[in-house]
Amino acid sequence: MPAKKPTKTSGIKDLVIRVCVGTGGLAAGSQEVIDEFGRQLKSYGIKADILKKCVNKTGCRGFCAKDVLVDVILNGKSETYQLITPENVARIVEEHILKGEPVKEWLVGPEYHAFHDKQTKILLKECGHIDPEDINAYINIGGYEAVRKIFPLETFEVIEEVRASGLRGRGGAGFLTGLKWDLCSKAEGKPKYIICNADEGDPGAFMDRSVIEGNPHSVIEGMIIGGYAIGANYGYVYIRAEYPLAIHRLKIAIADARKKGFIGKNILKSGFDFDIKIKEGAGAFICGEETALIASIEGKRGMPKAKPPFPAYKGLWGKPTVINNVETLANLPSIITKGAKWFASIGTEKSKGTKVFALTGKIKNTGLIEVPMGISLKEIIYDIGGGCERNRKFKAVQTGGPSGGCIPASHIDMPVDYESLMGAGSMMGSGGMVVMDDTTCMVDMAKFFLTFTQNESCGKCTPCRIGTKRMLEILTRITEGKGKEGDIELLLELGNDIKLSSLCGLGMSAPNPVLSTIKFFRDEYEAHIKEGVCPATVCKALRRYTVSAELCKMCGKCFKACPSAAVTWEKKQPAVIDKTKCIKCGACYEACPFSAIL
Amino acid sequence: MNLNVDETIGHIKEAISVSEKNRGVLIYTLQRVQQEMNYLPDHAMKMISEKLGIPLSDVYSTASFYKQFYFTPRGKKIVKVCTGTACHVRGASKVMEKLESEFDIKEGKTTPDLSMTLETVGCIGCCGLAPVATVNEYIVGEIDSAKIEEIIEAIKAE
Repeated sequence: MPAKKPTKTSGIKDLVIRVCVGTGGLAAGSQEVIDEFGRQLKSYGIKADILKKCVNKTGCRGFCAKDVLVDVILNGKSETYQLITPENVARIVEEHILKGEPVKEWLVGPEYHAFHDKQTKILLKECGHIDPEDINAYINIGGYEAVRKIFPLETFEVIEEVRASGLRGRGGAGFLTGLKWDLCSKAEGKPKYIICNADEGDPGAFMDRSVIEGNPHSVIEGMIIGGYAIGANYGYVYIRAEYPLAIHRLKIAIADARKKGFIGKNILKSGFDFDIKIKEGAGAFICGEETALIASIEGKRGMPKAKPPFPAYKGLWGKPTVINNVETLANLPSIITKGAKWFASIGTEKSKGTKVFALTGKIKNTGLIEVPMGISLKEIIYDIGGGCERNRKFKAVQTGGPSGGCIPASHIDMPVDYESLMGAGSMMGSGGMVVMDDTTCMVDMAKFFLTFTQNESCGKCTPCRIGTKRMLEILTRITEGKGKEGDIELLLELGNDIKLSSLCGLGMSAPNPVLSTIKFFRDEYEAHIKEGVCPATVCKALRRYTVSAELCKMCGKCFKACPSAAVTWEKKQPAVIDKTKCIKCGACYEACPFSAIL
Repeated sequence: MNLNVDETIGHIKEAISVSEKNRGVLIYTLQRVQQEMNYLPDHAMKMISEKLGIPLSDVYSTASFYKQFYFTPRGKKIVKVCTGTACHVRGASKVMEKLESEFDIKEGKTTPDLSMTLETVGCIGCCGLAPVATVNEYIVGEIDSAKIEEIIEAIKAE
């Protein structure tokens, strides 16, 4: 492109353009947007060497529904654009950057602010604001200060600080981090190990990936703190191979930290040696379980062992080992620099701090959120999430992934903390939060999760291997309209037995999705079995579509959506579905904005 | 293949025994061999077994446990349909059905001409863009009927 006539660029003293390049952003085309900014700015004679500084790649800021998000910070004033494509870039450069007039109609709307207002950001504070591939960006915001702060302290003082903060494991079970460290630090045996569990396998969860992609140094700093506290000189990050970008950024971060002397021999002349190695997983959900993860690092089949002995006493290669989740570790630098009191002031009596959730499913504002413990489900779903898509009726929210359960709309005022969720038959889990509306069938949902756990069951213990298989067969039968009287009772009995007798956390929690949906949505199971009807019209074998002439607004969307020409419609006439042509795909049902298809 | 066990295992080499080291690099070695050869042929498995001094049955036992490893050749294009929770509620099964019928293969299988392998993935972590599928490194989000054609073209493209 020939250089355009130089416009007045003298007014641009300080220009930063931030583009979201998390996995979500990249999939939405952020690289193309960055390239286009590069081309446009160059054509106006803003030199290429400035560009590198200007276009600042940031990690995930969580609002994936509106990707690609772009911040233009001109002379200290920041504006955020949403849903940006390369075609939009020219106008932004011309009107905003050169003339100082932001393109109003592309700026983020009130939902962007609503999405952020109720959140409390500790972990995600810097995600989306600093360059994750530049260690200096992290150091400039006070990074690695915590490491400097701990070295003059005795190890027990560090452990005491973490214990006083009330931090609990963010991987799901919620064990007190300080206590875990204390046990391991007192355990006999050398060397000791600290492992960062980044084997985020829950379908519908991507918190750990985003934290690593957005701020990898916070995780590394957390590992150094943990390593120092328990007396471990070696750390491992066990990470899913499905997260190539996170692995890439982590590798850069570890190399940079080593260059700066935060990792290696005699860190900051403290006499403490610490090194970190990345270990890529090989595709097994069960490896998120501590003992299975250890077996996998040792090069064995990733099968869990009976506990005790706990890894804190006998872990990796038989030595004392602490395994902490990504989010747990990333909390540590702030706890050390700001103090346990500060951290303990956030949250509820027993659940301290914040929790990151991946808010997904049938909700308007999907994305990554960080909220203080104890916030109500209602605030998350309506204030932050903006309610269900197309204003459908909110039915339930699933937390804790395949180990958790469904919480119905009637419990929407419930606070989100470890105990409350457990009490409702679900669990905190790693933080997936999948919202369901009236078009989601709860039996199908339970079947989905059980299919997953059944698939991922390692096969070592019988209750999990065979029990989940039998449960899945019963659920499949129900969704196919072949359910029998007594099936619900059988599911309950099997589920409770599996929970009691399985070896590891996977089996102990696998029946939760089924048990919790029976508890709250038993009528749906009964409708499938007794009446042969799927109330949400999801189960294919049970579907019969008809148009309600009363509700139909004659828009014709169902007619256009139908792939088998089964819908007849003319303008100003309600649509009609020909049952002989209908293939029960549900396209019309989903296309209808008025819920007129029953 | 050159394999330096000490270098691969890293700093930890000071702390563990030779057999622990050899065992510790097994999964990494399998990953690297598969990266080079696209799957794990018999002769490669034997070579790994000999090099690391781990019985062949044991090498197979470990490799077959993990979903990432394959013992038959794979297609040039690896198509993964995400079936994570968010993608599931937003219609991942329809994406799968469409691809299965278009290429006349079942999930988990490879076309006879080795042009593509169709499989599912637990979650690739961009639930905000559900439903999602990947064609090799290329991610397609918010798949609707128009985007599915785009995927089919991308698979067919050389």
